[in-house]
Amino acid sequence: MQQRALGLWGALGTLATLATLAARAPGASAAPDLGLWPLPRSVRLSPRLLRLSPEDFALGLDPASKAGPSCVILQEAFRRYYDYIFGYYQRRRGPARFYTDSPLLQLVVSVVHDSECDAFPSLSSDESYALTVKGPVAVLKANQVWGVLRGLETFSQLVYQDPYGTFTINESSITDSPRFPHRGILIDTSRHYLSIKTILKTLDAMAMNKFNVLHWHIVDDQSFPYQSVTFPQLSNKGSYTPSHVYTPTDVREVIEYARLRGIRVLPEFDSPGHTESWGKGQKGLLTPCYDGERPSGAFGPINPALNSTYDFMSRFFSEVSKVFPDEFIHMGGDEVDPECWETNPDIEKFMRSRGFYKDFKKLESFYIEKVLNIIASQRKKSIVWQEVFDNEDKIQPSTIVQVWKDKDYPEEQARVTAAGHPVLLSAPWYLDYITYGEDWRTYYKVDPLRFSGSQEQKQRVLGGEACLWGEYVDSTNLTPRLWPRASAVGERLWSDEKVKSINDAYNRLTVHRCRMVRRGIAAQPLYVGHCEQEYKM
Amino acid sequence: MHRERCVGLGLPTASCWPLWPWGSEGALCPDTVPCNPQYFINKTEIQDFPRFPHRGLLLDTSRHFLPVSTILDTLDTMAYNKLNVLHWHVVDDPSFPYESLTFPQLTRKGAYNPITHVYTTQDVKDVIEYARLRGIRVLAEFDTPGHTQSWGPGVPGLLTSCYSGSQPSGTFGPVNPILNSTYEFMDTFFLEVSAAFPDFYLHLGGDEVDFTCWLLDIVSTYDKGYVVWQEVFDNKVKIQPDTIVQVWREEVPVPYLKELELITAAGLRALLSAPWYLNRISYGPDWQAAYKVEPLAFEGTAEQKALVIGGEACMWGEYVDSTNLVPRLWPRASAVAERLWSASQVADLDFASSRLARFRCELLRRGVQAEPIGVGYCNEEFDHW
Repeated sequence: MQQRALGLWGALGTLATLATLAARAPGASAAPDLGLWPLPRSVRLSPRLLRLSPEDFALGLDPASKAGPSCVILQEAFRRYYDYIFGYYQRRRGPARFYTDSPLLQLVVSVVHDSECDAFPSLSSDESYALTVKGPVAVLKANQVWGVLRGLETFSQLVYQDPYGTFTINESSITDSPRFPHRGILIDTSRHYLSIKTILKTLDAMAMNKFNVLHWHIVDDQSFPYQSVTFPQLSNKGSYTPSHVYTPTDVREVIEYARLRGIRVLPEFDSPGHTESWGKGQKGLLTPCYDGERPSGAFGPINPALNSTYDFMSRFFSEVSKVFPDEFIHMGGDEVDPECWETNPDIEKFMRSRGFYKDFKKLESFYIEKVLNIIASQRKKSIVWQEVFDNEDKIQPSTIVQVWKDKDYPEEQARVTAAGHPVLLSAPWYLDYITYGEDWRTYYKVDPLRFSGSQEQKQRVLGGEACLWGEYVDSTNLTPRLWPRASAVGERLWSDEKVKSINDAYNRLTVHRCRMVRRGIAAQPLYVGHCEQEYKM
Repeated sequence: MHRERCVGLGLPTASCWPLWPWGSEGALCPDTVPCNPQYFINKTEIQDFPRFPHRGLLLDTSRHFLPVSTILDTLDTMAYNKLNVLHWHVVDDPSFPYESLTFPQLTRKGAYNPITHVYTTQDVKDVIEYARLRGIRVLAEFDTPGHTQSWGPGVPGLLTSCYSGSQPSGTFGPVNPILNSTYEFMDTFFLEVSAAFPDFYLHLGGDEVDFTCWLLDIVSTYDKGYVVWQEVFDNKVKIQPDTIVQVWREEVPVPYLKELELITAAGLRALLSAPWYLNRISYGPDWQAAYKVEPLAFEGTAEQKALVIGGEACMWGEYVDSTNLVPRLWPRASAVAERLWSASQVADLDFASSRLARFRCELLRRGVQAEPIGVGYCNEEFDHW
């Protein structure tokens, strides 16, 4: 019923006021109707309009560009963005008025430095770009292909159809680069299996929002869908059913689809907790719990007292390191429950022999440090959940710590960065915690650097991740639950810290949301209203 | 190898070969083997009847337009759940998508887009017939005198002009009760609506604004009964004894069970919606809260309790459209459906949980994008987008 005091007319009034303000204020919130999202670093729009015609417009490469016609990333991107710009409008008739003046005939793309065309995106990828829209040829310049991808997305957001259906774009000049280099989405394919189609659709939506890391929390207690070549029994016994698996082909498909969109795939194989499903296919891996003298039949975390554990983890991570090309592996380390360890007499013996006595934190650290070393020996770097740091485990300075506990998270950020470690922020962005109303505003208002610390410390915040844990999420409801709520996080991580106006964000995000719907992403509404093209219409 | 696959899918091995699951996607049927799904049913005898006669679902097509296909799909799923009333809250403040033949300007000026975001006369007929074939009534709601902002542009003078000092402020309030033109408009409009919707009942709204009784007089001349929101009763408006009162407020002016008690004590029939506002989402298995509701847990005689004719799950549209309606509705509304159909003793949460999880998988198999209620899986997951 009437939940808000601001009715339809109030909202229109606000919009009218904002429109007049926008006409006067330079830069940032210019033309909210365009719905640029996330807002680029610098936007200069001129009132001069150029027209594009689907038959007479092309995306092309500068002959002097470092990336040539063989660059698959760019060729695929040109096709994709041409479709995003013109494709969905096929149902409409052609423009009723023909403009012979001021056409935009081409967008010429130029990659200035090393192209990285066949490479995978990384934490140090250069995503900056400069876009100059002038008739008849616009120019998109970037240092690397990754910047071109970001620039193409922005370019596609500048084009709109006027009331006669003519494709139009303002003469404009945009320079842009992200505030944080790590902007991720976490998906959980253990609590519920997610179809490959859902994962690929998520990657599409991520690219529209300039996200660049897919944190794939691929296995956990409930199921083990990852098909390991070295240990096939892990998924044979651990997946929900034989069809609830990700084959090596599936995984390759996801990684390549992501690469073409400038998105890194960060795999997480969480241990020693959250591993119940591993035990089904790997006997002896998990700690047997004891009920007095006898095993109870239940199992706890991975057994840190056995050499066989580390042989297994070594061989397992050797495979994982080859399958996933990213330079980082997330090894988890969260929520280790010592209850089972406490009951097991072999564990007790082991701890005594090592001098840990009753300190299970030391046992946990022992395990974590060994696994981190295993990963390091594969020449990969590690990301861990904050418990690993909180436990005072010995970790490399370069190990990234992901802060997820909501209570006092800025203080945690201060502690981690003071100790010299890079940080990823997730605590305020647990998107699986749904609530009634416009919770995107809460996500948008988060300040990732709102903690007491030096400049150096603040620079250690690499970015953050919106997490969509899977207890209540699967392919039926993932997309509307993620979008456009995650878009709020996307802008917070990309745009300048001064981009804060919630009203301006609302106006742009509603346009951006309708754009996602038009492109086939079932992004749910922010509030009352409509899109010209509703989903499924 | 086929045998192992069958085992993985939970089918009995004895009857496994050449048995394939009913999934006709062919993913598990290699080309070399004929795909011959076999179905089984246990010899069974069931006798059944509903506990309450009015088991409804409210859809709001004003805050967001819902394509007709979405409405029809909802009717299908309602039928799977034995829900039998579609309460169509068709217009409200933000938009007027109903195509009125007597006042076409209502639609032209009030719809979000009068070409694309409209329910034509044919659309309405299609919905009503589709529902009828499934044993579902369509209870239309034209909510007045509040919630009528979208009526204003098409009928100048209908809404009360607000004043700022001595000048009109440019904003409008509810329907203006002091003009003759208002009565004439309502008379004609509700004549049209009464004809367009064949159900005996019309929902007249009356929520959140002091209701005036004249509208009820008008409507009663069309041989219709009416349903109103509880404010009409709370504000002691004089209403016919055959009025149905819909309870939607959880705590105000009294807790909803108390409200049911008061309404039935006055000899009026009641519908319960207050604890079933499914648009109010929260983290976790909130279907359990909906399931635990006991509509007759108030002090009253058996006669009184018989006046509670059922209830409705409400899916208000502020944050809902065709991108997220289906997973938000199902299977949470199924909890309400069982509460309204099954005997009151059917209340065990564990029993409900395991049946609901399986029922949800069955909904998926039928193409309904019902969301999960907890960790787990279905043999055939949703995968059409």
